[in-house]
Amino acid sequence: MSEFILNINGKQKTVNVDGDTPLLWVIRDTLGYTGTKFGCGRGLCGACTIHLDGDATRSCVTSIDMIEDDSEITTIEGLTEDNSHPIQEAWLEGDVPQCGYCQSGQIMTASAFLDRNPNPNESDIDSAMKMNICRCGTYPQIKKAILSAAKNKVSSNGGDHE
Amino acid sequence: MGVTMNRRDFIKVVYTAGSGLVLGFYLPSTNKLSGKPLSSALFEPNAWIKVQPDNIIRIMVGKSEMGQGVLTSLPMIIAEEMDLDFSKVVVEKASANRKKYGWQMTGGSNSVSGGYKKLRQAGATAREMLVMAAAQEWGVSKSECKTKNGIVIHESTGKELSYGDLAEKARNIEVPKKPILKDKKDFSIIGQNVKRTDTLSKTNGTAQFGMDVQLDGMVYATVVHSPVFGGSLKSFNQASVRGISDIIKIFEIESGLAIVAKNTWAALKASKQIKIKWNQGEAAGLDDEKIRKVLINASKKKGSVVRKEGDVKKALKSSKNIIEALYESPLQAHATMEPMNCTAYVQKDKCQVWAGTQDPNGARKIASKITGLSKKKVEVNVTFLGGGFGRRAFNDYVNEAVEISKKMMKPVKMIWSREEDMQHDYYRPSSVHVMKGAFDQNDNLTTFKHRIVAPSILFTQVVKIPFPFKEKADIIAVEGAKHLPYKIPNMQVDYQMTKTPIPLGWWRSVYNSQNAFATECFMDELAEKSGKDPVQFRLGLLPKSSRDAGVIKMVAEKSGWNDFKNGTMYQGISCHKSFGTWVAQVARVSIENNKVKVHEVFCAVDCGTVINPAIVKAQISSAIIFGLSATLKSKITMKNGRISQSNFDDFDVLRMNEAPKIHVYLAENDKAPKGVGEPGLPPIAPAVVNAVYAATGNRIRNLPIQLG
Repeated sequence: MSEFILNINGKQKTVNVDGDTPLLWVIRDTLGYTGTKFGCGRGLCGACTIHLDGDATRSCVTSIDMIEDDSEITTIEGLTEDNSHPIQEAWLEGDVPQCGYCQSGQIMTASAFLDRNPNPNESDIDSAMKMNICRCGTYPQIKKAILSAAKNKVSSNGGDHE
Repeated sequence: MGVTMNRRDFIKVVYTAGSGLVLGFYLPSTNKLSGKPLSSALFEPNAWIKVQPDNIIRIMVGKSEMGQGVLTSLPMIIAEEMDLDFSKVVVEKASANRKKYGWQMTGGSNSVSGGYKKLRQAGATAREMLVMAAAQEWGVSKSECKTKNGIVIHESTGKELSYGDLAEKARNIEVPKKPILKDKKDFSIIGQNVKRTDTLSKTNGTAQFGMDVQLDGMVYATVVHSPVFGGSLKSFNQASVRGISDIIKIFEIESGLAIVAKNTWAALKASKQIKIKWNQGEAAGLDDEKIRKVLINASKKKGSVVRKEGDVKKALKSSKNIIEALYESPLQAHATMEPMNCTAYVQKDKCQVWAGTQDPNGARKIASKITGLSKKKVEVNVTFLGGGFGRRAFNDYVNEAVEISKKMMKPVKMIWSREEDMQHDYYRPSSVHVMKGAFDQNDNLTTFKHRIVAPSILFTQVVKIPFPFKEKADIIAVEGAKHLPYKIPNMQVDYQMTKTPIPLGWWRSVYNSQNAFATECFMDELAEKSGKDPVQFRLGLLPKSSRDAGVIKMVAEKSGWNDFKNGTMYQGISCHKSFGTWVAQVARVSIENNKVKVHEVFCAVDCGTVINPAIVKAQISSAIIFGLSATLKSKITMKNGRISQSNFDDFDVLRMNEAPKIHVYLAENDKAPKGVGEPGLPPIAPAVVNAVYAATGNRIRNLPIQLG
């Protein structure tokens, strides 16, 4: 058991866990952010996706001792406080989720992707999202929502991306 | 619960209205009309509706939300008849209570179809009582009053009272014997694309699934099951997990070995590391070849005849133009995104359960049995379900959590690993279908014979009676085959029941998935043999005004079936009715690198009255994609009595880049609403397989599709 300090959702948290503990279980069991989901435990389904320094990361296969001290972790709870991320707004507008279990992971993957590629085409979206499984098959709705979020982001930024 | 409102029950719940859960909401202190304290002013005309004096209207949903949208569609039905402003309705999940909410099992695509009349009556009753209360208050006739957006209006004076204002008074109004239901033309909520009530919580991480339940003092558990079905625990080596410091206790339970720890990770890690010896079970030595042999052997014998018209035997004997085919479908897993889990807290005098279950009352019964507590002392809270598809109709995981908590006398969150989930499912059975068709000299189809060979889910898993069963026919196993709509002079369907030690369960659309694959692919073979276009061939065997013909014509027209010509793409059609809903699909495919790519699916749906078109379309699209996984990619296989697949690498499912463009068209009509969660699935495999034949000349008779 060791002590780790995490920067998560803009807060600093100290946790005492085994070094091999996947970030997923620290986030869920220790810190109580249950929006990040357990799906496969092997990085195969994407339900556990979070942002690690802005990159979409599978938290179920990222052990806590791999996290740098100055790393920033963002979970679905920390993406926005008011559901105002363009991806979240597009999800709401399109009523994307069905059972909803995979959607935190889908949103975290999509939001990190959109930061890197603000104006994607359908094939870019396919490549970025194909490792996130949805058994309800909301893929068409997800794709449409990402395109719509990209469009809204472009128009709200006046076409100028950060 | 019956279709009509039982008046005595109704009054009983009115009088116990004060027990309604209204905690945590702002309540103004006094009622506008009476000046009395508001705690006594809640109007609860039935199990589903609570009108608070602060004008918050709460609607309870007695079905489990697993993505199919019941948390939106069922309240819409009540809100329609009550004339509510739907955006102001607060929707709540009901806990298990069979007496109050009736049949809570969520499955068979029956939530809307089974609840429609009952929920309309519940809403209409509440509305009429509120109108009566207003009429009394104003001293006018109720016929002078109308309702809109949760307000009663006296038309000539323009006086208004909100439902909340009227709540207290409405409690004393006599329950109308026959509440008047709206005309469909006056609907303003039913038929609209009302936004789902659960989207926000599923977009910001706050939706609570079984996996997310957290209780003070909670411990975490996982279970390891015998890898061979029917096996039992022989011994385990505690020392093999000594290095894992957070382990609390390891002990045997009915279904395997429970590992309890201070956190999920320690439990899961120990479950992979622990050395366990098992007694081999009933399935020892079973593999795919043996499973197939049982089916093939049984297929040679006549089964229990469930449909017979004309004389198939004679017709086959006299025809010189016969075709035969053998279709096979494999085992399938549900692989819900959320692995099985349940949180239970057993105490001396009560038991609380939190579970994503399709069968809350079944869970309550199980918990009562394990704890020895009466059902009254068992509370089952239904969370969101991270996928159901039939898997969560079985409460095996609830059983385990309660058993473990009983031993620990602590709140326990029990979670399965993905591997346990994949290898201890209740699988869709594998099946064999022997098809025969015969034509006369003019190539008219005279004879159709279908023999279904499969184990019975009903008798092996649900009723659990010893094999061979007295009941030779299982009506569920022949669904979608017995009621084949085509008019053919000689027709026979029989069912040959087999035995298996593999746990079996309802898998989205159940046997319809296999029966539609066999019948609709074979129809394509018959159409070819008769030299007819597959659409015209089907239409020729159906009454012109039938709903089957309706969806076929619709999908042919919308997809441009007749005029379709594309160098690399090919099309296939299929049609299948299940759960009361007719669905026809056209799939467009191409073959790339010897692999099937499905580009587009057109789908016509006749489910009668549509409650929420957006949700219906989303469900149909969902079922198509779920079905495509089984058509193109996934299957469960066995070796040495064990399931060979363990995770999403070897049980690969459809991904975004493989999902086709899907166009769903609804045949709107005034018929009663029918199911939509499952009926989109059965036609997709045959539509794709038939398109693959058009593309390659290769008849695929075994799924998932593998091109030679």
